[in-house]
Amino acid sequence: MSGAPRAHELGIIGCHVCGLVCREPSVDDAACPRCGAALHRRKRDSIRRTWALLIAAFILYVPANVLPIMRTVSLGDIDDNTIISGVVELWVKGSPSLAVIVFTASIVVPMTKFLVLGTLLVTTQRGSNWALRQRARLYRAVEFIGYWSMLDVFVVALLTALVRFGFFSQVEPLTGVVFFGLTVILTMFASMSFDPRLMWDGPDHD
Amino acid sequence: MSTPEHGLASKHTTGQVAAAWLRASAGPWLICEHCDTVHRGRALARGEEMCCVRCGALLQRYHALDAGGMLALVLTALLVFLIANVWPVVTLGLGTQQSSATLWGMILRMWSQGSEVIAVVAAATLFFFPLNKMLMLGWVLLFARDGRRAPGFVAIMRTLYHLQPWTMTEVFVLGALVSIVKARAYFDVQADPGIWAYGVLTFLITIFSGIDLRRLWDTTERRA
Repeated sequence: MSGAPRAHELGIIGCHVCGLVCREPSVDDAACPRCGAALHRRKRDSIRRTWALLIAAFILYVPANVLPIMRTVSLGDIDDNTIISGVVELWVKGSPSLAVIVFTASIVVPMTKFLVLGTLLVTTQRGSNWALRQRARLYRAVEFIGYWSMLDVFVVALLTALVRFGFFSQVEPLTGVVFFGLTVILTMFASMSFDPRLMWDGPDHD
Repeated sequence: MSTPEHGLASKHTTGQVAAAWLRASAGPWLICEHCDTVHRGRALARGEEMCCVRCGALLQRYHALDAGGMLALVLTALLVFLIANVWPVVTLGLGTQQSSATLWGMILRMWSQGSEVIAVVAAATLFFFPLNKMLMLGWVLLFARDGRRAPGFVAIMRTLYHLQPWTMTEVFVLGALVSIVKARAYFDVQADPGIWAYGVLTFLITIFSGIDLRRLWDTTERRA
């Protein structure tokens, strides 16, 4: 491990909005002298907030997968698609490579986020020193891929707007897509509220 | 002096290490966002990046564009954004009937079809946030070219920071491609100017995402 000190050892603090480095304030609700954003050493209540958002996201992820996200009506035939059946249909009728992309965005990415954030939370709460650099990298990956899950939501929205041929063919959004959209937003908030600095603080900190 | 393992060191020894370290290094301070490790920044060569020694997160990267260059990029993006929003993205044909969609057509349709939540999310992440980002950035850069701070600089920079993760234009472009492939099984699909404009926009956004706006705090002068 390198000898570079950490900010609190030097009694300094960096503003998360503008990056200004200043002396660690003694009061609780100090603000950055340059941009006015609140200064704190760690994100507030990071672990509890992240757990809450992650669990809420997971609860919403169940109806998002079980309920259909899109209805296709053509010549009186009604065909409801869930996320998975949409992927299968794309594989069979369209292009397998895009099916893989949609599957990755809608299933793999959210599941990875749940697993990774859950693992990070548990190991951080235990003050574990296990694979710190790899965990740090995992966190950055989760932050980066998070919003790509919105893919399926935009596909449903665009098809709804496009397929308007009345009796011949019509696409309608169903409740599943709302649950899915909310899941993505909640997981984004969850990864934002997690403070990766806590991983490096060791067992003594919350 | 030995370097103690972090977290185990007593206050005294950490203080000594820190003091020695501070004497030994120069350059502006950079604190890693991801692990709180303190570094000293330095001038970087073309294409060079500086990563955190502890966790590996990106700290600093070389910037080829100055404020004027970024402004040109923002204005281009605004123009392309306008085209992308005025022209339809895709047109479907079924027999003699045709149906095309613009971004706003999509948002309004989702609203009227009972998915108001999605309509609001789409309007925010695909229209209002990107548009505001470009307008605010353009305004700030207009003044930053001669090292000045635009009126409202502090509030705008804070807003830009918070808006940063909430623009999803790139995702929408991929979504449009998926929609085209899905629709192709049943309809005649024709790509419209909107989709090309969105493609260009995605390219511009990729360039933008590499730019660290924080340096505007250092390159502009506060007027008393």
